[in-house]
Amino acid sequence: MDAILEYQGQLLQGTWVTIQLAIYSLMFSVLFGLLGAWAKLSKNLVAQKTAAGYTTIVRGVPDLVLILLVFFGGQELANSIGAITGLWEYAEISQFAAGVCTIGVVFGGYMTETFRGAILSIPKGQIEAGVACGMNRVLIFRRIIGPQMVRYALPGFSNNWLVQIKSTALVSVIGLQDVVYNGFVAGRSTRLLFTFMFAVLMIYLLLTAISDLALRWLDRKYSKGIVVRPDDG
Amino acid sequence: MGESIIQFLETWSPLDVVLIAQNFDRFLLGAWVTLQLTVVSLVIGGALAIPLAIARTSKNPFINGPVWMFTYTFRGTPLLVQTYLFYYGLGQFEAVRESVLWGPVLSQAWWCALIAFSLNTAAYTTELLRGSIINTSRGEVEAAKACGFSSWMRLKRIVLPSAFRRALPAYSNEVIFMLHGSVVASTITIQDLLGVGRWLNGRYYLAYEGFITAAVLYFIIVLMVSRGFRYWEKHWLQHLYPHDAIKVKPKKGLANFRI
Repeated sequence: MDAILEYQGQLLQGTWVTIQLAIYSLMFSVLFGLLGAWAKLSKNLVAQKTAAGYTTIVRGVPDLVLILLVFFGGQELANSIGAITGLWEYAEISQFAAGVCTIGVVFGGYMTETFRGAILSIPKGQIEAGVACGMNRVLIFRRIIGPQMVRYALPGFSNNWLVQIKSTALVSVIGLQDVVYNGFVAGRSTRLLFTFMFAVLMIYLLLTAISDLALRWLDRKYSKGIVVRPDDG
Repeated sequence: MGESIIQFLETWSPLDVVLIAQNFDRFLLGAWVTLQLTVVSLVIGGALAIPLAIARTSKNPFINGPVWMFTYTFRGTPLLVQTYLFYYGLGQFEAVRESVLWGPVLSQAWWCALIAFSLNTAAYTTELLRGSIINTSRGEVEAAKACGFSSWMRLKRIVLPSAFRRALPAYSNEVIFMLHGSVVASTITIQDLLGVGRWLNGRYYLAYEGFITAAVLYFIIVLMVSRGFRYWEKHWLQHLYPHDAIKVKPKKGLANFRI
């Protein structure tokens, strides 16, 4: 316990990096999820196929493989592009950027499916009613699809978010000084790896528990006025 | 002919395909390690999950509570940290280092990964089985009671078989999740599929080849697993599909009718 107090600065700093990583990658994944859902539901065949390929690949390959590929491969690619075009001599991708982009893109694939399902579960009549009232597409999205989509998407979104927070731990493998990395370094130098890894475990548990509570509150807020019928089983 | 192909690939392919082909046996070995770790931990985790899920449906807080704590902790934390805790952490304790298990089991990366993976998948499987058990339709249980089944018989003959079937789609996700999660093994020195990719890149100072080969192989495995489960679901969940969807074909002329 004394050791943890001694290293609490590093742990807190690492936790802050983890939180930032999670939030930035969440923004990316929501953006990609919306784009993906839009493409999957569009009438354009090219957009449909592209989105289908994107979600299949991203959900088929483990995230750590993609993180390593983006971090090491992206570096090489950036350097080759620089060498060919002569625009820059040496480019460096930071661990943080590689982590945010990769986790964002990977979970964008999961979000795509969540958002797509949510949009599809909005009764068609409501959209037709919007058309009949002379609303244009933007207005229909803003007034009819958007608010209900949030409610339908929340359970899936919560699930994705909880998995996404935990995935951020993988970025420590490429050397980002997040809570896992800092905890590991502190544990190794004090020879108390169990203590520190346990502390890291508890920090993650705290993060997921807080998110869980917040998402439940959101769920209640967005389901206001909706009566759940008791199971007729 | 063969040599000219190799020469062509060496000059024109952006990836060093020849090097990948030369080391392909290592990749297959890595895939074997990955599959081994995944399957064995799924079996152990699944075996643990059945009694735990039954305990989790209990109304007694002294039975339900500890299991809930276990699943909550393992589901709320990253697999990477859990694996580190077992592999790097256990050596902190004098008692563990001096026990009989230390040499052959607890100091070995493979065993530590297996323990962490098994407990992790046990936690997830427990929760999804529990959900499936408590959603068993009341009528089935009442019918079994009316037939005079004891509670053990009810569980064995009615509740569990039906719960297993209904848990199948969620379980296929868990299997793929575990397969994805097994890459963590490569961070504690195990030469699994990703481990081989990292080894190749490190040895030949490459940036793409190892990771891309690993990614493609993982993708193929995931594809095969999900195809297998889809077939399995079709077989075991046949009775839950809407009846009309299978038998009745839409009448001509009405098929394109939309309101």
